[in-house]
Amino acid sequence: MIKLENVGYVYPGGVKALRGVSLTIGEKGSLAIMGRSGAGKTTLIKHLNGLLKPTSGKVTVDGVDTRKATVAQLSRKVGIVFQNPDHQLFAETVEEEIAFPLKNFGFPQDEIKTRTEWVLELFNLTRYRHHSPLSLSGGEKKRVAMASVVSWKPKYLVLDEPTLGQDRENKLRLRELFEEFMGEGRTIIMVTHDVEFTAECGFNVALLVDGKVSALGSAQEILSNVELLKEASLAAPQMAELFLELEGVGAQPVFTVEEAERLILSRLMAGAEKP
Amino acid sequence: MKTEMAAIEIRNLTYKYQNAEAPVLQNLNLTIEKGEFALVFGPSGCGKTTLCRCLNGLIPHFYGGELEGEIFVDGLNVRETPPAKLASHVGLIFQNPENQLFSFNVERDVAFGLENLGVPPEEIRKRVDWSLELVGISDLKDRAPWELSGGQQQKAAIACVLAMQPSILVFDEPTSFLDPLTARGIFDVIARLRRELNLTVIVVEHRLEALAAHASRLILMDRGKIVLNGEPRKILAEAAERLSLKVGVPSIVLLHRRLSKLGILKDLTPLTTSEMAAQLRGVLTRD
Ligand SMILES: Nc1ncnc2c1ncn2[C@@H]1O[C@H](COP(=O)(O)OP(=O)(O)OP(=O)(O)O)[C@@H](O)[C@H]1O
Ligand SMILES: Nc1ncnc2c1ncn2[C@@H]1O[C@H](COP(=O)(O)OP(=O)(O)O)[C@@H](O)[C@H]1O
Ligand SMILES: [Mg+2]
Ligand SMILES: [Mg+2]
Repeated sequence: MIKLENVGYVYPGGVKALRGVSLTIGEKGSLAIMGRSGAGKTTLIKHLNGLLKPTSGKVTVDGVDTRKATVAQLSRKVGIVFQNPDHQLFAETVEEEIAFPLKNFGFPQDEIKTRTEWVLELFNLTRYRHHSPLSLSGGEKKRVAMASVVSWKPKYLVLDEPTLGQDRENKLRLRELFEEFMGEGRTIIMVTHDVEFTAECGFNVALLVDGKVSALGSAQEILSNVELLKEASLAAPQMAELFLELEGVGAQPVFTVEEAERLILSRLMAGAEKP
Repeated sequence: MKTEMAAIEIRNLTYKYQNAEAPVLQNLNLTIEKGEFALVFGPSGCGKTTLCRCLNGLIPHFYGGELEGEIFVDGLNVRETPPAKLASHVGLIFQNPENQLFSFNVERDVAFGLENLGVPPEEIRKRVDWSLELVGISDLKDRAPWELSGGQQQKAAIACVLAMQPSILVFDEPTSFLDPLTARGIFDVIARLRRELNLTVIVVEHRLEALAAHASRLILMDRGKIVLNGEPRKILAEAAERLSLKVGVPSIVLLHRRLSKLGILKDLTPLTTSEMAAQLRGVLTRD
């Protein structure tokens, strides 16, 4: 479990980015952290592996206070992929980029090889293995950054805007990976503006407004609550928005095309049966 | 030489990056008329950013490589026009906003391009204030770029380009760092500027939900080529039919397609939830 207790963070310049965040992560499944630009999402996740230490309050990872451990120690458990891949990539080739952390964590040679092949394939990167990460497209760079963290299978996988630059196929693969990881008892924590993707993944959602958690609940609850979403500068997923406009059709919020189709067909049948 | 022609005119463009094995753009042809709003989408790595770089002269002037074919932007031959001159005709907002910000504060970054053009100081002042206000970051003008969140950097990058008042705006995945309502707000502003000033707008984007309603045209790229190009409703319907596993198609379009196949809906592919809701109300309340 990762526990944030009344966490405050003030940047050296004086910006108060977090103003008392209390949150327990890893107890009840995976979490999407969402909110307006500048709300403090990136600042928050930088606390999860000790990259930033709270200026007030406390963060513990499986009971260990992040002030009392090094980032290197915490990272084995808490792997973070940053918002901007350019901050993370430094190796000469994609393959070396991926192998580097595995070497650092002391994985045996054959294990490094197996895992490198696995993530290259998973993230559609095999054909770029000998390319420089700097010569890749934005979406490809993001996938290299994700591959080089996913490879060591951290217990907590933290991703800042994972769908950035990704097409449909890569998003589907990402979702499958999340399911695999969760099946193995790992927890995914993602910061995202992509409401459609969050609804699909069905994660719990924490809304961050001005450095505070304004709401916490299931994707169903949060992503259909227009008032809460508006305060966090978010829009409901398209299907939910559609059924909100069609007031009275369906009692539950609708998120997928399949549910929507079923609901409309059943309404039409019910109408046809009327005398 | 400047002639009266389309905003963008690309003929038989093939481009290979320096030291790359294969060309990234292959025999690409594209015409975009003045005043259009073209939305470009396609799989990751298909060449969208490369195409953007060809429009503002980063290719070939900065990236080098091998370029064949012709590119005309606002009547100027990109290959023969210095990028500094192109900058007052076409503005590119980069996929990674950080690469657009290099000074120690936002205000200086926004003024930079104008100073380079020799715009008088009062005019610079006015335009800097105007563009910061338009994207809603006047309060951040004294911040250093590295003291901004990702979305704030993206807004600053947009302000830099708006301040130059080019007649062609090219956005490379502009909503990737922006929250949905902020993105909506900025594109409402861009749509208004487009009408008022007859701007040409080209946007590369994966998430079509937010922007499809603004577009006069949708362009789908795949592997360095343009594979679909036309009226938004038609292109969306076609993408839903055979490409929905590859590129993101808005869920109202997918739902519309299913219900049309069952003979339930008969009208055009919707671009907004309101249009879709109206169609559904029509069948649900019919007796
Ligand atoms: N290095 C820094 N120095 C000073 N202030 C910063 C720094 N990084 C971020 N900030 C400020 O802290 C606040 C929170 O920023 P943060 O990056 O956590 O936002 P975010 O929620 O991730 O936003 P986005 O969705 O735009 O990425 C903002 O007001 C931002 O301007
Ligand atoms: N500077 C570069 N040097 C060499 N290859 C590049 C460079 N930038 C991009 N590429 C390659 O060109 C292809 C198209 O990239 P890009 O235009 O950025 O794609 P996208 O459609 O995702 O924007 C990709 O295969 C990418 O790896
Ligand atoms: Mg951020
Ligand atoms: Mg790109």
